[in-house]
Amino acid sequence: MTNLTELGVAALRDGFRAGDFSAREVADAFNANVAAAKALNAFIVETPDHALQAAEQADRDRSEGNLKPLSGVPIGMKDLFATKNVQTTAASHILEGFKPQYESTVSGKLWSAGAGMLGKLNLDQFAMGSSNETSYFGNVISPWRRPNDTAPLAPGGSSGGSSAAIAARLCPAATGTDTGGSIRQPAAFTGISGIKPTYGRCSRWGVVAFASSLDQAGPMANDVRDCAIMLENMAGFDPKDSTSLELAVPNWEAALSADLKGKKIGIPKEYRVDNMPAEIDALWEQGIQWLKDAGAEIVNVSLPHTKYALAAYYIIAPAEASSNLARYDGVRYGLRNLPDGAGLQDMYAATRAAGFGPEVKRRIMIGTYVLSAGFYDAYYTQAQKVRALIARDFERAFEQCDLLLTPTAPSAAFALGEKNADPLEMYLNDVFTVPTSLAGLPAMSVPGGVDAQGLPLGLQIIGRALDEQGVLNAGLAIEERAGFTARAGKWW
Amino acid sequence: MSNYRIQGATGDWEVVIGLEVHAQVVSNSKLFSGAATAFGAEQNSQVSLVDAAMPGMLPVLNGECIRQAVRTGLAINAEINRWSRFDRKNYFYADLPQGYQISQLYHPLVGEGTILIDADEKAGIPEAKHIGVERIHVEQDAGKLMHDQHPTMSYVDLNRCGVALMEIVSRPDMRSPAEAGAYVRKLRALLRYVGSCDGNMEEGSMRADVNVSVRRPGEEFGTRTETKNVNSVRFVMATIEHEANRQVDVLEAGGKIVQETRLFDPDSGTTRSMRSKEDAHDYRYFPDPDLLPLVLTEEFIEECRASLPELPDAKRARYIEQLGISAYNADVLTAEAEMARWFEKVLDNGAEPKQASNWVMSELFGALNRLGKGIADSPVSPPQAAELLALVADGTLSGTLSKQVFEIMLDTGDSPAKIVEERGLKQTSDTGAIDAVIADILGNNADKVAQYKDGKEALFGFFVGQTMKAMGGKANPQVVNELLKKALNA
Repeated sequence: MTNLTELGVAALRDGFRAGDFSAREVADAFNANVAAAKALNAFIVETPDHALQAAEQADRDRSEGNLKPLSGVPIGMKDLFATKNVQTTAASHILEGFKPQYESTVSGKLWSAGAGMLGKLNLDQFAMGSSNETSYFGNVISPWRRPNDTAPLAPGGSSGGSSAAIAARLCPAATGTDTGGSIRQPAAFTGISGIKPTYGRCSRWGVVAFASSLDQAGPMANDVRDCAIMLENMAGFDPKDSTSLELAVPNWEAALSADLKGKKIGIPKEYRVDNMPAEIDALWEQGIQWLKDAGAEIVNVSLPHTKYALAAYYIIAPAEASSNLARYDGVRYGLRNLPDGAGLQDMYAATRAAGFGPEVKRRIMIGTYVLSAGFYDAYYTQAQKVRALIARDFERAFEQCDLLLTPTAPSAAFALGEKNADPLEMYLNDVFTVPTSLAGLPAMSVPGGVDAQGLPLGLQIIGRALDEQGVLNAGLAIEERAGFTARAGKWW
Repeated sequence: MSNYRIQGATGDWEVVIGLEVHAQVVSNSKLFSGAATAFGAEQNSQVSLVDAAMPGMLPVLNGECIRQAVRTGLAINAEINRWSRFDRKNYFYADLPQGYQISQLYHPLVGEGTILIDADEKAGIPEAKHIGVERIHVEQDAGKLMHDQHPTMSYVDLNRCGVALMEIVSRPDMRSPAEAGAYVRKLRALLRYVGSCDGNMEEGSMRADVNVSVRRPGEEFGTRTETKNVNSVRFVMATIEHEANRQVDVLEAGGKIVQETRLFDPDSGTTRSMRSKEDAHDYRYFPDPDLLPLVLTEEFIEECRASLPELPDAKRARYIEQLGISAYNADVLTAEAEMARWFEKVLDNGAEPKQASNWVMSELFGALNRLGKGIADSPVSPPQAAELLALVADGTLSGTLSKQVFEIMLDTGDSPAKIVEERGLKQTSDTGAIDAVIADILGNNADKVAQYKDGKEALFGFFVGQTMKAMGGKANPQVVNELLKKALNA
């Protein structure tokens, strides 16, 4: 019999429909993998019962001829999405034990589509981080290792639990969220695919907020088709989110095509950064060849304000975060730290000091500083201007081309602890993903190859607003040509 | 120009006043959530996930609150900004679950407008005056802390949290407590006309932050203080009175006014310092990224405009010019929407405007005053009032009789026709009956008849009185006059 955990979303769905296996068998297989992979620390909470219940429902539905788009498919849920009666923490001590009485729109859509939940996936605390080292619940360990080296590697972040779990076959797909690269960079680090759709495609309702104007949910999975299937079941207008786009959800999977004839692919020269490993440059060149091979025309474009993107991002995102995280005050839910004789201010201080990790505190302080009287214009206003210029860069580039191709990250996965000393060095991981987030554009990472140490490298495709189809199709064209089959050897 | 001056030891001081009025918007649900807004509901029974700032909750703008604020803006002839935006005002407090209030700092919904306060000689407002309104913005109210529920802890009621407020910010155009009082009253009247705020200051649905400074007449503005959350017209005036005198005392003693936030103590009628500028919060305002900019269409604004009722200034003019009502009566009758609505219902039921206005001003107000009731609780309805006035107009009731009938109406709530019918209070013009009474009276007072005929014409009143008395007040006075003249001159 097939090893069910080797299958992706489309194969599970189709095999289940064809009667090759039951949903129960699928859930059992993934539950077993999850239970056996504690060493990866990919899950904060495992929910095997949720997966089983959904599976049993799917089996009943199948017998009644009532199949749903994701019937038979269990998935992982990033612990940033509120899940009813299931602890939701954003990987922070301050929300430890918090069980929402509500279900996020995106997770609710997935359950309605028949998916089951294997568990709540670990992440960087409040999605702040690029290596999954800021979680209160411990680091996520990438299933990938360097040859002859047991040093734990970063699965990327913030959706590092999602990327590690998929790469280790603990779940066929997972939700991620991407504020500055949190879907794409971990996907690149672990040799999987992930797409951040256009800002507003997926509702933010019930997703613990990091930076509201940037946060966007998206899927992570083994391949492009699985991402398309997942995204179709996550996206859609939500009147409860004022920034949600009132648009029908396209049938992305059905329109997948690796034929890029007539498409122009732009290569932004500003993405050739200093000190970029030659392997990444080579992969980029390879990607260009693959897209040419798929029929696309390659054009050189310029995104002149790229060099300001990271600075602008690390003003805007912390500014919004400093305000979004004000609600964690110990009054209504989550952690309350009330020292003897403490007044209100003391309780706030004690609760937040104990509840937030160092990276969260750092960003709250940065955000508070850049919004403070006297500095607002120099930082926040200026950053917003830069943001507008970056969006305009993309608009102009898209007058010359349909899609952009870049590397996803400036390096392969690094070892845990390797980049902790200097936050700025960690922030540089997002250098290729942040501009797209600032512009709200759809972008995806697909695995392109491995570096000299056998670690995965990703290529990023960026599209015009709402052109997820173009992005997915180019991703598919690369996927078909890259023939990426490298896998992390099982050591856990 | 106001001639209100504080007489200091070193000369006269002029007071400069600006008001920020917070008016709770009339709407069924809150500004950014679906929770209800009813006053006096059980604690924490009107709190949505959004109001409690649960993780991942998002605000969704309630269009009705915007419609009400736009209508209010139109009512003060203000600029309606087609593009406005919500900002977060960040601070920590237990009555503010989000840790920020959603407000509008940079781009308010409503821009420059103006409110006309009427002349009131007695109050020291010699002529009508336009008070500038700088802006109206829309924002969330906070919850309410309760300190009396537990010996060591405070409790919080989030029912009010997230309810829509309009902050109506005046220019520093007022120069006396009376002007400020007139401004608040006029604003309240306008809000009630528009229906965008119920104006109940005692329930907290309208409260004012009072900005006061003093200066030598005509000189530059002085440093101001802001007294927060003053909740009645009287207290607004008292705040200004006290604060202006305090400032003059400080300045004349060689001191300086510190820009600070103060609190008004209704018991002592004084203000005290709450926090100085140095301790002021840094609110770190920035555009709320959960909300899109608010863009209004011309169509929406026109709909708002079309939905406005006739406003007090226009109504007053119409009463005077078209209905022939005296200026004073028109002032009083249009001052409050509810009063005007009551009065116009009387007219709708066929009453003649001038007669009706006089009756309302004297009889009705007299009675309501006596009973300690407002127009809303009047025991007599507008149709009943119109019916009473009709009975006077058609001669069924004399003035005296109508007063009697009205008293009975107030007691019983019966219709005037029923009272007239049942108690036989109808005025009579029966000349035979009146003539008989006159003959009797003249016969019994032969001496006075003689005096009258000798030229003591003042005695005519005596005969009228006697006749009316004998007729039980029911005789038509005009008929009595005619018949008496005829009899005496016979």
